[in-house]
Amino acid sequence: MKPFRTLEGAACPLPLANIDTDQIISARFMKRPRSEGGYGQYLLYDFRFDEDGKARDFALNDPRYSNARIVIAKRNFGCGSSREPAVYALADYGVTCVIAPSFGDIFASNSIRNGVLPAAVSEADADALLQSAHVLAGLPVRVDLAQQTIVAGNLSVSFDVPMQWKARLINGWDDVDMTRAHAGEIAAFATKYESENTWALPKR
Amino acid sequence: MAARPLTIIEKIWNAHAILEREDGDTLLWIDRHYVHEGSNHGFGQVAARKAEVARPDLTFGIADHYVPTRQRESRGASAEIRNMIDLLEQNTARHRVSLFGLDDAQQGIVHVVMPEQGLTLPGLLIVCGDSHTSTHGALGAYAFGIGASEVAHVLMTQTIWQKRPKKMRVSVSGQLPEGVSAKDLALNVIAGLGSGGATGHAIEYAGDAVRALSIEARMTLCNLSIEAGSRLGIVAPDEKTFAYIEGRPHAPHGELFERAVEEWRKLPSDEDAVFNAEMAFDAAAMTPTATWGTSPEQALPIGARLPDPADIEDETKAQGVRAALEYMGLRPKMAMSDISIDRVFIGSCTNSRIEDLRAAAAVLAGRRAVVPGLVSPGSMLIKQQAEQEGLDKVFVEAGLSWEASGCSMCVGMNGDIVEPGQRCASTSNRNFKGRQGPGARTHLVSPAMAAAAALTGRLTDVRPLLAGRKP
Ligand code: SF4
Repeated sequence: MKPFRTLEGAACPLPLANIDTDQIISARFMKRPRSEGGYGQYLLYDFRFDEDGKARDFALNDPRYSNARIVIAKRNFGCGSSREPAVYALADYGVTCVIAPSFGDIFASNSIRNGVLPAAVSEADADALLQSAHVLAGLPVRVDLAQQTIVAGNLSVSFDVPMQWKARLINGWDDVDMTRAHAGEIAAFATKYESENTWALPKR
Repeated sequence: MAARPLTIIEKIWNAHAILEREDGDTLLWIDRHYVHEGSNHGFGQVAARKAEVARPDLTFGIADHYVPTRQRESRGASAEIRNMIDLLEQNTARHRVSLFGLDDAQQGIVHVVMPEQGLTLPGLLIVCGDSHTSTHGALGAYAFGIGASEVAHVLMTQTIWQKRPKKMRVSVSGQLPEGVSAKDLALNVIAGLGSGGATGHAIEYAGDAVRALSIEARMTLCNLSIEAGSRLGIVAPDEKTFAYIEGRPHAPHGELFERAVEEWRKLPSDEDAVFNAEMAFDAAAMTPTATWGTSPEQALPIGARLPDPADIEDETKAQGVRAALEYMGLRPKMAMSDISIDRVFIGSCTNSRIEDLRAAAAVLAGRRAVVPGLVSPGSMLIKQQAEQEGLDKVFVEAGLSWEASGCSMCVGMNGDIVEPGQRCASTSNRNFKGRQGPGARTHLVSPAMAAAAALTGRLTDVRPLLAGRKP
């Protein structure tokens, strides 16, 4: 995975709470292969387009944010279904950082695995960013993961991210490789566990 | 010195902890991994690494999210959908994973079939790439939904990294009144906790009202845990659990079963175990409930009136209510029972088990629905049983369609969708915008309440309709 250190780009304001993963990517797109043009085209689709496919009046359709690298939202972003394609949609669109006061659990851990930073800020800071003239003008916002800061013009706020997640993003560490380093311990555990709990094996 | 008292959550966690990293992340052993069509991204990552499935014997596949409920022979409503089902067949065959495929007599929804087959057991650690995996907690398993990269990780290593969750006990005392079901109970709990209220917590459901629930009803309750933000809900196993499991095809048999029961009896939380949060609810005070908005927490008793954003001080909350009312096409302060309904759906991993079908049929028997509806049993075995009991006839005579098993209209992936702007009384678990199809409006209800709505064409208190009938 590509290491994540700093990021600079337009930050699209989505002043809504509880944007769930069904809204980030509707289930109906998930049967399309990701290899064909990526999932970015489906990001927040029903916010962006009406039933006839006509563009709605929505921030992501605004030229200021069409190349957004960051999204700013209110609390509980990414709640709901565990679908990882919600993160693919963001990442494929080019968004590698979401700023919000809180995130759906599964969404946040999925983000880390795909190199997307869930930056948790206070409610007040989220509101300040959402209303900042700098953000509203579509000017570049700078996210510094090592410093845990977000700078939008003369507004600077700090954000939270669990230490381990931070290390993984900064180093571009991959989960499976990290686990395989423990192959010996895993094998020893499995042997002992399965001999002590034979009932736990499925009857064939 | 006596050992520190532990919750069931900690006991199962400890039994599966392989190692703990300095930062508190623990590597856990997985007893069962359930995969479905949506797991193709996970298999894709395995293929990209040219890796193998570590433990095909602990991995079980099932076709449910995309399968057709009608015209089953077609194998899917479109080439894209058929491709999803084919991919699952290819991936499981390629890795020697057993599959409950489209044509199997045991096929159904993952969270219905795996307990039914005796694969889900107390004390097991179970994962599946689907957030309603919490359902399996009803049998005393530690079960939670995972994302596609985690699916890939489990496929390749049979383990998962997790942070120890905080523990929350939701105690429900008293007795649920007649006509009030586990679904109503769950909706009341979610409304009480809020949609993010249990985030970061594992919930143990306790109290007489929970003990009194059947295993099927406990599954309904645990299923909805994720809607309060909790990745898992669990009910300590008891005699009912053991009776439910005994004799199921993949459960331990004979002496091994006896030994398992001995282990399972050690699982319930110790007397003095400490929880990070405690919530209490009174079952006796609950009435039939339905959602009116676009989040499961937006639920109200059937006798209530909708909120008015003008009365809400918190601007964010008022905005949420306004947006939900607008999407749902409803007016502030209108009576819940004045909400008209265009169709009903009885199915999904929340409410498609035999008891659910019986509860709906008890309301519908000898009556005619005034709106169309779809009934999709949770598994083909449940379908068979329902037909033996004559429930299919009740549904069909009432004017509802009786179809094969799958996720169906819960999520609309197979093409069973609610038309834009239409309003559906649904026994599923999510009323999010567009969940049942673009522009679809969903009201979550119990099976009995869905049946009542079918009869009157609006959200309706089912209790009077049950008068003189066996519920
Ligand atoms: S029935 Fe609905 S909630 Fe349950 S597994 Fe299927 S899609 Fe998910």
